[in-house]
Amino acid sequence: MRRWRTYGFVAAFLAVPLVLYTVFVISPYVQAFQLSLTSWNGYSSVVAYVGLDNFGRLFGDEVFWQALRNHGIMLLTLPVVTIAIALFLAFLLNLGGGPSGDGMRGLWGSRFYRVVFFFPQVLAVAVVGVLFQAIYRPDEVGVINGVLARLGVEPVGWLIEPGLALWSVIAVMVWQGVGFYVVLFSAGMAAIPKDYFEAAALDGAGRVRLFFSITLPLLRDTVQVGWIYLGIAALDGFALIQVLAGDKGEPDGATTILPVTIYNTAFSYQKVGYASAMGVALFFLTVTFAVLTLRTTRRERVEL
Amino acid sequence: MTHPGEITRRGLLRRIGMTAFVAGPGAGLLSACATAGTGGEPAPAPSITASADARNPFGVDAKKPLEVVIFSGGYGDAYARELHQELYKKAFPGVTIEHNATQQIGTQLRPRFVAGDVPDVLNNSGPESMDLAALAAEGHLADLAPLFDAPSIDDPAKRVRDTITPAVIDNAKIDGKDLVLNYTVSHRALWYNAALFASMGWAVPTTWAEFTALGEQAKKEGIALFAYPGQKGPYYQLWNLLYTAAKIGGNQVIIDIDNLAEGAWNAEPVKQAVTAWVEIQAKYGEKSYFGLDHTQTQVKHLRNEVLFYPVGSWIENEMAKDKPDDFEYAIAPIPDVTAADAMPYGAIQVGVGENFVVGAKGENPQGGLEYLRIMLSKEGARGFTERTKNLTVVNGAAEGLDLPAGLMSAARAQDSAGANIITEARFEGWYKELFDYGTAQTNAVMAGRITPERFCADLQEKADAIKDDASVPKQTRSR
Repeated sequence: MRRWRTYGFVAAFLAVPLVLYTVFVISPYVQAFQLSLTSWNGYSSVVAYVGLDNFGRLFGDEVFWQALRNHGIMLLTLPVVTIAIALFLAFLLNLGGGPSGDGMRGLWGSRFYRVVFFFPQVLAVAVVGVLFQAIYRPDEVGVINGVLARLGVEPVGWLIEPGLALWSVIAVMVWQGVGFYVVLFSAGMAAIPKDYFEAAALDGAGRVRLFFSITLPLLRDTVQVGWIYLGIAALDGFALIQVLAGDKGEPDGATTILPVTIYNTAFSYQKVGYASAMGVALFFLTVTFAVLTLRTTRRERVEL
Repeated sequence: MTHPGEITRRGLLRRIGMTAFVAGPGAGLLSACATAGTGGEPAPAPSITASADARNPFGVDAKKPLEVVIFSGGYGDAYARELHQELYKKAFPGVTIEHNATQQIGTQLRPRFVAGDVPDVLNNSGPESMDLAALAAEGHLADLAPLFDAPSIDDPAKRVRDTITPAVIDNAKIDGKDLVLNYTVSHRALWYNAALFASMGWAVPTTWAEFTALGEQAKKEGIALFAYPGQKGPYYQLWNLLYTAAKIGGNQVIIDIDNLAEGAWNAEPVKQAVTAWVEIQAKYGEKSYFGLDHTQTQVKHLRNEVLFYPVGSWIENEMAKDKPDDFEYAIAPIPDVTAADAMPYGAIQVGVGENFVVGAKGENPQGGLEYLRIMLSKEGARGFTERTKNLTVVNGAAEGLDLPAGLMSAARAQDSAGANIITEARFEGWYKELFDYGTAQTNAVMAGRITPERFCADLQEKADAIKDDASVPKQTRSR
């Protein structure tokens, strides 16, 4: 009886979020799986089932593969670069000043920098997109090209050269993401007991040695979480690319990504069934990535 | 007419079907989804006939409310709210009108159409406009033939059909039926600053040799001969390439492309047109425009950094706020590319646009038709031109109006073009995927990343793929 009461109490609290989650998250997923087996056009009252045809078509779809290649590049670069920069900055902000009085301290002015680094995170993605359009603008009016023009360098088409466009987009994602991970890693570093650093410093370890022998191993879990977040961000990028580079993967498909392709296929070309199949593929890609990352980076926990 | 609570034959069949469906285990969840109605053919739209009563040919019931949805883009929605709806209220005193203005036509209305709750008049426009062929296949669009055959408001002796540009009837067809009203007329070719030409003593080029010679002169002044926006507006240049091809080879070039005819993109006029423009871009253009959008490019045009810009007559109103006083918009036909172009110099594209449809399964399709008839009256059309500085399809409705210089120049250009009117490319609406691919390839070929031959071959391949794709409904045109 008592047990029933406790569980009833818990269940009553869980019911509302569970219903909301089912209606707004689970059911659209189920529906996307269902639609991926149809040739529905978004209007028709007759929904024809076509089996796995849509998935068969995916294999021969050049745009789909191009999007996958772009996601691959983003998956390889975005997490590594963002985490490396964020770790470096977080270390400088928290421990870079060396030992002092009751523990480690950051570089001079680190409180100010911490706020500044977080600024980009506060901006909405659409704002960031518009901002960087002005920065990347391909004539002398552009921020970067204006500086280059003064130095006598020809303007660079940051977003219109097929070899450059994706890197320009990734740079913006890194710029926007770093601040959040600096804060995340700072919190992780604050949790590391100060005695460790003191002991190591007494033994004569320099800042580099402190970082690689103490900070990094003890931050492993936090970095792993950051890696998964960034990996998922690399599989998304919808809003930024839509605003910054346009919705057709310009130039020449260099910035084509799956979410934008799905949107166009469903709402511009009225192939809701086929777009759902792409969405299902993206779902499995994301899940596979998360599971793989967790598996490969798993190891014995370091007890503090 | 269905009344609330009354069960129609179709509704009854659906209910029986649904009961069987819901009875299945776990099916209850699915019945709430967009895909709930998995049974039954779409019901045919009820037909409306026009009587000879010039005051109320469709038998509108003044007690029934009317719902109007307007795309509030470049034209705004004041013309509908302050003009057409007031005229409708005057014709049917006491009637209520529900006015909705939005820029998200698709997001707002797609679910409503699927659910069967449709507006009476819909201005289907903008980046989220809906696929009218798909809506037509579901019987959602009312037949407009009774509207075109109804007596005109201004002269009951004339049918509406005889008071408007014939292109409206050509462009109204989906699957052979008149379902779409195109309301505006636009003139597309190359737009330039007539005041600058006058002050420099330059003449509008009529041949390609004169065009390139002017390019050399403009270069000395630091002006690009030609530019189009590579971001958001590369379709302006795709139009320009197609219209140039039609000028060289006749309208059949575009008709073949629309009909997905074999080898249509590989036709010689298409190659010649693309080659000619790629050369202009390489010699007299500037690559930074590939990264600028239409507004940025148009502002540079206003600053006389660009001579010719491929666009339509809406440009003047679009840029009215930024236009300096010494800038005078004027239209220039595409110069002769070869000595033997199928269309003589002066040919321009005159097209109809801005789609209006009537919901066949709405509450008040009769009112919807009557609303369109009011829009096509001289008073309705004239007021639209006054408010938006754009011409309508209604003949002579703009007479006596004080039109801006650019529109006057377009009207004169149409006069001198006479019968040499370049047709519009309809695959833009029919096969959006092909059109979008075309705009991406336009940037690639104009930037010199692919050759004109490759451009034609790539588009041909895409057109063939669409032709073979059974899931894309096909349309054809004969003229």
